[in-house]
Amino acid sequence: MMKKVKTDKPAETVIHGIFFLLGLVAVGCVLLITVYLVIAGIPAIREIGLIPFLFGTRWASTAAEPSFGILPIILTSVYGTAGAIVLGVPVGFLTAVYLSKVAPPRVRSVMESAAGLLAGIPSVVYGLVGMLVLVPAIRNLFHVPDGASLLAAILVLAVMILPSIIKVSITALDAVPKEYEDASLALGATPIETYFRVSVPAAKSGIAAAVVLGVGRAMGEAMAVMMVAGNVANMPSLFQSVRFLTTAVASEMSYSSGLQREALFSIALVLFLFIMLINAALNFLLKRGAGK
Amino acid sequence: MKNALSPRRRAYAFLMRMLMIVAVGLTGMLTLFLIGYVLMRGLPNLTWELLSTKPSYLSDRIGILPDILNTFYLITAALFLVLPLGVGAAVYLNEYARNKKLVAVIEYAAETLSGIPSIIYGLVGMLFFCQFLNLRTSLFAGALTLVIMNLPTVMRTTQESLKTVPQSYREGAFALGAGKWRVIRTVVLPDCVDGILTGCILSVGRMLGESAALLFTAGFAHELCNFFEGLGSAGATLTVALYVYAKEQGEFDVAFAIAALLMILTLLINFLASLVGKRLNRRKEV
Repeated sequence: MMKKVKTDKPAETVIHGIFFLLGLVAVGCVLLITVYLVIAGIPAIREIGLIPFLFGTRWASTAAEPSFGILPIILTSVYGTAGAIVLGVPVGFLTAVYLSKVAPPRVRSVMESAAGLLAGIPSVVYGLVGMLVLVPAIRNLFHVPDGASLLAAILVLAVMILPSIIKVSITALDAVPKEYEDASLALGATPIETYFRVSVPAAKSGIAAAVVLGVGRAMGEAMAVMMVAGNVANMPSLFQSVRFLTTAVASEMSYSSGLQREALFSIALVLFLFIMLINAALNFLLKRGAGK
Repeated sequence: MKNALSPRRRAYAFLMRMLMIVAVGLTGMLTLFLIGYVLMRGLPNLTWELLSTKPSYLSDRIGILPDILNTFYLITAALFLVLPLGVGAAVYLNEYARNKKLVAVIEYAAETLSGIPSIIYGLVGMLFFCQFLNLRTSLFAGALTLVIMNLPTVMRTTQESLKTVPQSYREGAFALGAGKWRVIRTVVLPDCVDGILTGCILSVGRMLGESAALLFTAGFAHELCNFFEGLGSAGATLTVALYVYAKEQGEFDVAFAIAALLMILTLLINFLASLVGKRLNRRKEV
């Protein structure tokens, strides 16, 4: 018996080592992505100069005298994300409060599967519907020459971030202790007042996390936006064709070369830095929500 | 009692209730509209000929069989690789790891991975797998990119279900003299099959819908290949094919047919996920 245990020992150590390595794969992947983006992204920024690259207002990568200013692209991503949040968050938030607090279980389960489905629909399908329904509608409604615009992108993004906002907000609202609500009701508040003035403030970290998650989703979406935003690197304006950080990379990568290609990597690096910032904020909020 | 509320408070309650109902209605209608519209425009074009042939310039015909097969190959290969990695990482975090700091670092890394946009995966996949490892633009390079993307999903679902395995099971097995690995293999893992399954289903859903990460790693070709040839060569998945047909070739009927097919598969995957999820929740409550 004793002998058997002893012969097991080295095997156990090896297996422990294997699992340890498997555990580190995720860390390795993050490092790999960071290192590759930094190495690939720095040369163009060095050549163009950080200030002209970030704050230059003209992007003409294939012109005879190329110009690599990505300010319009950065601003488009920021405005587009902000617009999607402004439209998507109220709808998602109110839906979440209703489903978590008011809705009968049946309605809740149906709507939760609807949100799950919205989350599962491939982004190219959103892009396709946007391209053939939204873009012509915008053209006819506002009498602009081309409906492929920032507005179309904002609307598509608003729909695409809905499910994440709903799901995370519901989780946060469900976690509010029943006693808080009971106390509020016992003091004479109506149920609706209780939900919005007691439950929602108690769940505010989680709801903030939902918003930040939505920001990350909207900022990172590429394909749907590429199909409805028109892809011209204009300064952002609602009815003009615009280019996002994600679509700038995706639309030129296949035919790029030389400095142009390196500049695309730099754009990806800028996008990555934005996303890392958002991730850090998200993590902070979720931790604070869980710590309470 | 009813009149005890001031008009202002009554108006507030009424307004908030209305707003919530409008929001829920909007979400529901959007979902219904998307499903209905895509199926209505797509199903009539989803013919057997489209599903069972490859595109041919000679007879001016479009077929999506290669794209269907490519999608299938890609998902199979990626799942085959991501499962051991993800499950292994979850087992390490839940069963082996003692160092709290290291666990926090790994979990933070997984969260970071799940927040990185797919276009960045596509770019790094192209630089690392296609160029550095010299796999060229191929389904295999695409599959490896998807492996990294879905690692956090498999990790998280496995970990959640590992946490539901009662500690007494492990103690019982240890008391019988089993080593750690034997306990994990014969007691712990069999008990969290449904969590691993959920991870699989969610990953399949994400892989099916992924496109930005595959544009530059898996490519655009529509050739009929068997599994191993297919992995070695470039190929468009259904989503990439949809994008190309809609945006670059203006073949909207084909695009909608693919969209309808994707929609049906998405519905199916969501249904399966909720089925397995229900089982998992029941077990959590016990």
